[in-house]
Amino acid sequence: MPWDRNQMAARAAEELEDGMYVNLGIGIPTLVANYVGDKDITLQSENGMLGMGPFPYEGEEDPDLINAGKQTITELSRTSYFDSATSFGMIRGGKIAAAILGAMEVAENGDLANWMIPGKLVKGMGGAMDLVAGVGRVVVVMDHTNKHGDSKVLKACTLPLTGKGVVDRIITNLGVLDVVEGGLKIVECADGVTEDDLRAATEATIVD
Amino acid sequence: MKKVYGSADEALEGVLFDGMLIAAGGFGLCGIPELLIDGIVKAGTKDLTVASNNAGVDGFGLGKLLDTRQIKKMMSSYVGENAEFMRQYLSGELELEFNPQGTLAERMRAGGAGIPGFYTKTGVGTVIAEGKEVKQFGGEDYILEEGIFADLSIVKAWKADDTGNLVFRKTARNFNPPAAMCGKICIAEVEEIVPRGSLDPDLIHLPGIYVHRLIQGEHEKRIEQRTTRKREDA
Repeated sequence: MPWDRNQMAARAAEELEDGMYVNLGIGIPTLVANYVGDKDITLQSENGMLGMGPFPYEGEEDPDLINAGKQTITELSRTSYFDSATSFGMIRGGKIAAAILGAMEVAENGDLANWMIPGKLVKGMGGAMDLVAGVGRVVVVMDHTNKHGDSKVLKACTLPLTGKGVVDRIITNLGVLDVVEGGLKIVECADGVTEDDLRAATEATIVD
Repeated sequence: MKKVYGSADEALEGVLFDGMLIAAGGFGLCGIPELLIDGIVKAGTKDLTVASNNAGVDGFGLGKLLDTRQIKKMMSSYVGENAEFMRQYLSGELELEFNPQGTLAERMRAGGAGIPGFYTKTGVGTVIAEGKEVKQFGGEDYILEEGIFADLSIVKAWKADDTGNLVFRKTARNFNPPAAMCGKICIAEVEEIVPRGSLDPDLIHLPGIYVHRLIQGEHEKRIEQRTTRKREDA
């Protein structure tokens, strides 16, 4: 059985080490926060907060306290607030150890596309281009194939890029791959998924 | 040095002109200058270029200035929450310049700090880099981005004293300080103007030198995505 959303998030949480400052994207990456366990992780929200807490209890929502997805959240005892220029200064400056992000396409050279489908509704890149250009390590979490069964792990991205050669590791419902010289290297397969299954679902070059 | 004005209309008197560039603070609907936006709607100033991370929602925030067709161009990073924006953009009525969020914030900060341009890694190899100078530092490519020098900044803070020293609250700070810095004139709206001396000088987020006019008023502070957890989850 391939991994479900929560299993993918749990696997992505294994990427995080004690003491890391981390930025989590919208979607499956948000679920990663549920699986950090006892690790001392500080979550950054790029609208200007370090030490992001869980959603508030009903009736305790604060319009002045939201995350980058505009959802109401809470603060922790370690929380600090700052302006957007400072926030992206720490992102661009490489102070954030890792970003875990969703993607539409990833290529074997580490190119990432996750912000725009030409001809469709264009919403904007938000902070994604700054994050992938600046953070220490970029981990992508996504389904291996689209709803038509086509691979999203490609030789070259077809969609407009968010960043060029920026992805370090790809975690999908089928397994984990690293971007290495010459292509992608299989790190592990999801439970019940064989290496042959993984190769068959991947358009990108897989190197040994 | 009188900075405190009685209303948004009074504070905006004499600073608005057609075709001007306005930098606005706020992220989503959090920390947006609601009262000054209403004031600009009332003034009817046209052909505005607005630098703001987002474009409000239909009928609220900058969405009001889109409804009245007062905006000619937006400089933003994310505009997904506004159907009227999309309609105007897709029909060619509205220009849009996408900026990566951190680049937009830094362009405002740079403009306010007298820096006309800076190099950044953000956007290298993407459509954002098209037409921009590329320069190598330490063997890596960086693109040239320009500082934003706005005719007017409109921002929202929590508290101010009458000299314009500002204190923000939680994540409502966001783009407000860099937006405030980059304007020739900055008008701030706050929830409370407190007596001079009652703000701790060590805890001022934005010094009053950046703020030229100031108003106090009631804010709706609308929540865009109300997300909660149940008590039994605890």
